[in-house]
Amino acid sequence: MVKINGELFDKDGKTVAEMLTDMDISGQRVAVELNEEIVPKAKYGETVLKDGDKVEVVRFVGGG
Amino acid sequence: MWEAADTVIPTREEMYAALEERHGVELQKKLNAASVAICGLGGLGSNIAIALARAGVGKLHIMDFDRVDISNLNRQQYFPEQLGQFKSDALHDTLKRIAPYCEIISEQVKLDEENIPTLLAEEDIIVEAFDKPDQKAMLVNCVLGNMPEKYLVSGSGMAGTAPSNMITTKRITKRFYLCGDGVSDVENGMGLVASRVLICAAHQAHAVIRIIAEEFDV
Repeated sequence: MVKINGELFDKDGKTVAEMLTDMDISGQRVAVELNEEIVPKAKYGETVLKDGDKVEVVRFVGGG
Repeated sequence: MWEAADTVIPTREEMYAALEERHGVELQKKLNAASVAICGLGGLGSNIAIALARAGVGKLHIMDFDRVDISNLNRQQYFPEQLGQFKSDALHDTLKRIAPYCEIISEQVKLDEENIPTLLAEEDIIVEAFDKPDQKAMLVNCVLGNMPEKYLVSGSGMAGTAPSNMITTKRITKRFYLCGDGVSDVENGMGLVASRVLICAAHQAHAVIRIIAEEFDV
């Protein structure tokens, strides 16, 4: 199981890109941290999640 | 009209002593030694800059590419007579009136992945205060990916008139703080209202103050 924003999901073996697609999130407006390290956008397609990983997906909305 | 030449302002020492009296010797020493970069000088950035200047932060590096527009006046810290000026210039003038001895570096510049590592090299703490979500994400990804030694304070979700208490400060990772409600999007037809934008700006400014004070929890 992978902990995403504090909740457990069965995403073992999926890539970050697949996880974002599952969550219906556009990659242009997010920052993804995997175990406290930023995942570069260019690596979303090749970064595979595994059991015990902790992911923070920060979704930005407009206004400032 | 306020005229600098006709007005006697307190000396550097007098202003520092007043800040010390309010904040305590130890905290003021840390504030005075701190340097903060503020990226974007709209509703968030202009209010954050003013809060930090008033608190006696020693150095502020303020950046924005845009000019003051009439549509900004409902929430941003500009004056009608500043319409058309670059925000970096207009805010520089205002900050100098508030905190004449604060070191202010203002730049009219649009930040991008190329120039961020150079522009933000000097400051310890970086504030993301853009309005467009893709720009927010670009800055956050760029700083967290390339400048791991920096503290970063970002804002997302402060549009509309939803309750104040939805706006929080979260510590996403050790050096990355995120303020806002995370959901109230200006693109959903919600306007930006001064009071709610100020709440988010205050969260961001206070996150910066706490980092400077070496109080890292939220």
